[in-house]
Amino acid sequence: MLDASPQPLVQVDGLKMYFPIRSGLLRIHTGDVKAVDGVSFSIRAGETLGLVGESGCGKSTVGRALLRLYEPTAGKVVIDGEDVASLSTEKLRRKRPTMQMVFQDPQASLNPRMSVADIIAEPLDEHTNWPRAKKTERVYELLDAVGLNRRFANRFPHEFSGGQRQRIGIARALALNPKFIVCDEPIAALDVSIQAQVVNLLEDLQDKLGLTYLFISHDLSMVRHLADRVAVMYLGRIAELSPSADLYARPLHPYAEALLSAVNEPDPEIAARRNRIILKGDVPSPANPPKGCNFCTRCPKVFDLCRSVKPELTEVEPGRMVACHLYNDKTGTAGSTGRIGAQEHNQQTNQQGVS
Amino acid sequence: MPNGAQPVLDVRGLKTVFRTRAGEIHAVNDVSFALKKGELLGVVGESGSGKSVTMMSLLRLLPMPPAEIRSGQALLSGKDILQASPEELRAIRGGKVGFVFQDPMTSLNPVFTVGNQIMEPLRKHLGMTKKQAADRATELLELVGIPDARRRLGDYPHQFSGGMRQRVMIAIALACDPEVLIADEPTTALDVTIQAQILELVKDLRHKLGMAIIWITHDLGVIAGIADRVMVMYGGQVAEEAPVKELFARPQHPYTRALLKTIPKISGAREARLKVIEGQPPIMSAAPTACPFRHRCEHRFDRCDVENPALRGVSPGHAVACHWTAPAAAPAEGMIHA
Repeated sequence: MLDASPQPLVQVDGLKMYFPIRSGLLRIHTGDVKAVDGVSFSIRAGETLGLVGESGCGKSTVGRALLRLYEPTAGKVVIDGEDVASLSTEKLRRKRPTMQMVFQDPQASLNPRMSVADIIAEPLDEHTNWPRAKKTERVYELLDAVGLNRRFANRFPHEFSGGQRQRIGIARALALNPKFIVCDEPIAALDVSIQAQVVNLLEDLQDKLGLTYLFISHDLSMVRHLADRVAVMYLGRIAELSPSADLYARPLHPYAEALLSAVNEPDPEIAARRNRIILKGDVPSPANPPKGCNFCTRCPKVFDLCRSVKPELTEVEPGRMVACHLYNDKTGTAGSTGRIGAQEHNQQTNQQGVS
Repeated sequence: MPNGAQPVLDVRGLKTVFRTRAGEIHAVNDVSFALKKGELLGVVGESGSGKSVTMMSLLRLLPMPPAEIRSGQALLSGKDILQASPEELRAIRGGKVGFVFQDPMTSLNPVFTVGNQIMEPLRKHLGMTKKQAADRATELLELVGIPDARRRLGDYPHQFSGGMRQRVMIAIALACDPEVLIADEPTTALDVTIQAQILELVKDLRHKLGMAIIWITHDLGVIAGIADRVMVMYGGQVAEEAPVKELFARPQHPYTRALLKTIPKISGAREARLKVIEGQPPIMSAAPTACPFRHRCEHRFDRCDVENPALRGVSPGHAVACHWTAPAAAPAEGMIHA
């Protein structure tokens, strides 16, 4: 980007998204599913932030709450200078063109009864009062931009393959010249040989239009390829937020470490050599997260403090944020315990190297 | 790894066709392969490549019609299971051949307890009493790493998590000590950390039980970590077949080569740009008379349009179906048209 503004384009602060659990005949509010429980991060203009985690960790909910497709329970989401989380309905409507979304399932997110031209022009109908000819011209421009033939404009979604449908979804998201796009698992439903086509398209568009992406995915290798920085989520909270190169070279949070070690590298030599960290058990329910650190029930490096105090996301190395007591030896209360934890951490790493 | 021995399963010239109102779909075209005792054969391909239909055809798990097995043989310990009578087939399914499906949510019956579903094959196939079957079911659940096994026999599928359900599916498939286990995308619906648990479990069980496994997947990463031998399928045919290390080190078929380049790596240098296989996989509406990959192949030449390449050995255990890789068959550089 040319204007290296100090202000990030997207600034999320303490975002919480709780879904109420109601039970009994009177639908009494008996608890909350804490899908997102206090998440903060920022995205610079022109940057791609990867958001990774396993299903149920809240990554899609973050994406949706950011664009206020959900009403966030708490927190601020400042996009391009305005707090989206508290805008009035009318102001939000006028804000929508700057922020768009590409959805996971191109089958479900395109109306089967609308032609491609109508689908792509719908945002224009809603937000502009352009004459028809100008809209048609814009639709053709967008079809060119995403690599679809102009002749396809009057066809319907079912006449396209999965990869082509995803291109239609991308064209629709681009229609109003947005600054920020949330890509929610845009390649998860596509075949391996088609995924690369869509990823390359997203990269080209970013270069050409200076777009800012939040790229949500469970495909860790693809996120490494695309993202400048990566946030690893676990059970509604960010475990680690680091520059992509650093995270993949040396993950700091034990969960990030386990997650990366579980990725299957398409190379039998590496697969035979690698020491996998196999996590025991399953992810706890977000309706009833464990006391203390969310990861304490499965963490191979857990110690006492983890079971009672929730670690905050703090900067432990330049540009690297981690929410883990192992690295948190500066805070007053946890001082000495934190050090012991760090030593334990080293010992365990050594043991794993040996075994 | 095992070699030379008599194959447990020997499939020859399998052809499966779907007949629909819109015409025929040739899903499996002349597929042959052999599975040795104790071996893990990985079958890789994109959706529509025919990998699942091949395996479902063997046990006749496809709805017929519209599916039709046109020809072929599948010798399981020397006996052709494609000719088996309904009674014999029932003894094979879940008895000699175990099957694990992709989605553990839909392949377990929600209204029966897990114990009931594990005990069913034990009682039907092995004629065990209820007591014996319950004991064996407990053993099986312990084998696949489910804690507190005895008590969990009385639980229903919804009380298990996704990874646990897939363990239950594996326990059911293993119940009758099958000679062959067919696993169709068993880890695709699972998260990576849970996937890692299941992969470790299968590696461990192989060494304990020594059965032969066919592992169907689209994920080359999974294959690299678990398979002895790999069969790459494209357009209903076998494109390439090789021992796992050989395939990843020296892929021969242009499709295999391109596929390996389209996936970003988790370590090493970051690619500036991903390589792309242009175009779409084919829909096989007629029996192939030319190479099914030709429209997406960067090495296409005139022979590819007129002759479907046969599988041909390039080194011991490594076979490829491609005219371009055939020695002296490919034209000189200048003659290749774009």
